[in-house]
Amino acid sequence: MVFKGKVFKYGDNVDTDVIIPARYLNSSDPENLAAHCMEDIDQNFADEVNEGDIIVGGKNFGSGSSREHAPLAIKYAGVSCVVAESFARIFYRNSINIGLPILECPEAVQATETGDELEVDIDKGQVKNLRTGKTYQAVPFPPFMQEIIKDGGLIEHVKKELV
Amino acid sequence: MGMTMIEKILAAHSDQDELKPGDIVNARVDMVLGNDITTPVAVEEFNKIGVDRVFDKERIAIVPDHFAPNKDIKAAEQVNMIRKFARKHEITNFFEVGQMGIEHVILPEKGLTLPGEIIIGADSHTCTYGALGALGTGVGSTDMAAAMATGKAWFKVPPTIKFVYKGELKPHVSGKDLILYTIGKIGVDGALYKAMEFTGEAIENLSMDGRMTMSNMAIEAGGKAGLIAADEKTEEYLKGRAQRDYTVRNADPDAEYEQVIEIDVSQIEPQVAFPSLPENTKGLAEIKEKIEIQQSVIGSCTNGRIEDLRVAAEILKGQKVNGNVRCLVFPGSQAVYKQAMNEGLFDIFIDAGVAVSTPTCGPCLGGHMGILAEGEKAISTTNRNFVGRMGSTGSEVYLASPAVAAASAIKGYIAGPEEVK
Repeated sequence: MVFKGKVFKYGDNVDTDVIIPARYLNSSDPENLAAHCMEDIDQNFADEVNEGDIIVGGKNFGSGSSREHAPLAIKYAGVSCVVAESFARIFYRNSINIGLPILECPEAVQATETGDELEVDIDKGQVKNLRTGKTYQAVPFPPFMQEIIKDGGLIEHVKKELV
Repeated sequence: MGMTMIEKILAAHSDQDELKPGDIVNARVDMVLGNDITTPVAVEEFNKIGVDRVFDKERIAIVPDHFAPNKDIKAAEQVNMIRKFARKHEITNFFEVGQMGIEHVILPEKGLTLPGEIIIGADSHTCTYGALGALGTGVGSTDMAAAMATGKAWFKVPPTIKFVYKGELKPHVSGKDLILYTIGKIGVDGALYKAMEFTGEAIENLSMDGRMTMSNMAIEAGGKAGLIAADEKTEEYLKGRAQRDYTVRNADPDAEYEQVIEIDVSQIEPQVAFPSLPENTKGLAEIKEKIEIQQSVIGSCTNGRIEDLRVAAEILKGQKVNGNVRCLVFPGSQAVYKQAMNEGLFDIFIDAGVAVSTPTCGPCLGGHMGILAEGEKAISTTNRNFVGRMGSTGSEVYLASPAVAAASAIKGYIAGPEEVK
């Protein structure tokens, strides 16, 4: 899988409360989640994001609440993948489980600015900044997680196991 | 070679003799938990799997507590959906309004989280159960769905940081202050992808309620779990409660830790975490400015247990809440509510001008029952002070213990119990 998209960059400790505020958690409807994605950190995000765009975050992206609504909101908003210096652990496993591609790549994050265009090769774990032409190598997933990703998420993985 | 608590618990649940950090296991879980926000998504995912029954109807707990009693029509629809699911699958531990409480207060209280066990919950504060010597850890709705079908979950074995708390606590210093101090020291990602073990004489001397407050906030340092060895106090607490047999799985003496951090608790003062991260902690004496507050919240899965309410009542007794402050008390469960009532704590609260609520997570996450307006500040015994957490993105939350929240409610600004006489 290779994604190309415009970058929305945020700082460290982007928590799930700002990704999707609790006041919208009385519904898990995709349109509701997409409409309010990133609302408390970037009011314009939902209007400006285009299919395939990429979120870049600093350390501890997705910290706080376990709400799966956070990676779902990002996915439903059309974001193709999230690249961060590190992810909070529940957000990390939720993303793998629901099939939202994520990559840990501190060097790429540090060399990226909002508005840059990135090309991300998920299988190779490579992030290329099209403005600078530089390519960065992300932290690879352990084989077990690669299997879940390949199956298209945890539910499909479990289905295969149970049948 | 010896194992840490989390290594031992994961090994026992995946039939391994030994595990080390980095290993990945598919482990049996003893309890699967969800609330009214996370369970609806889990039910949808569960239905996609195509199994017609849950793995064990007695090992699933569903607790409508976040937006319950239902705050609006959409919240009511969500609870209705999970209620139907619970009835269809005859889920034993569905806690309806009236029997309910805040999930992490009621599960230990009802003896559903036991030493040596694995409890996964679609709620980040599932790490509370570490206080009982269990691996409690937060997951998402899809994990909850898969575990409801299979009774299993995948885990990467994390390295463990051991915290050794030495010395004796000063008066009015509690488990809340210890954990806030710890988060301030290591940061909100200080234990990311790692387990924390809380040890030392100060932990041995803490009550079970104080221990649960500490383990509850392990996630605020990024931790996968905040484990405390089961001891006589744990056994005493579980007498008459434990709903299953259990095996204590404390760390081996020769367990290997990634890091050992020693903390002298005799130097720790009551702590306040400033907006908008739990790591922004200061001791009371370091706070030079007068921070006026408009709301004081006492309760939540962090500090909604009987000991917390007793501490608040002791300070509020014979006092009045400041005219500029709304002080709200949320007992964590019906049992805590009843006990507080029988002990006369409600008389103290109501005479002081405090509003006492039925158990709910409500205000902690800006759900309902105590939302902040733009420009308002709250002192709160809850666990998160993120931007917009309790309401407007222009409001602010300061985290502290029940003692500091009660004293601040009386003074109208952030203050310690010593200032109230």
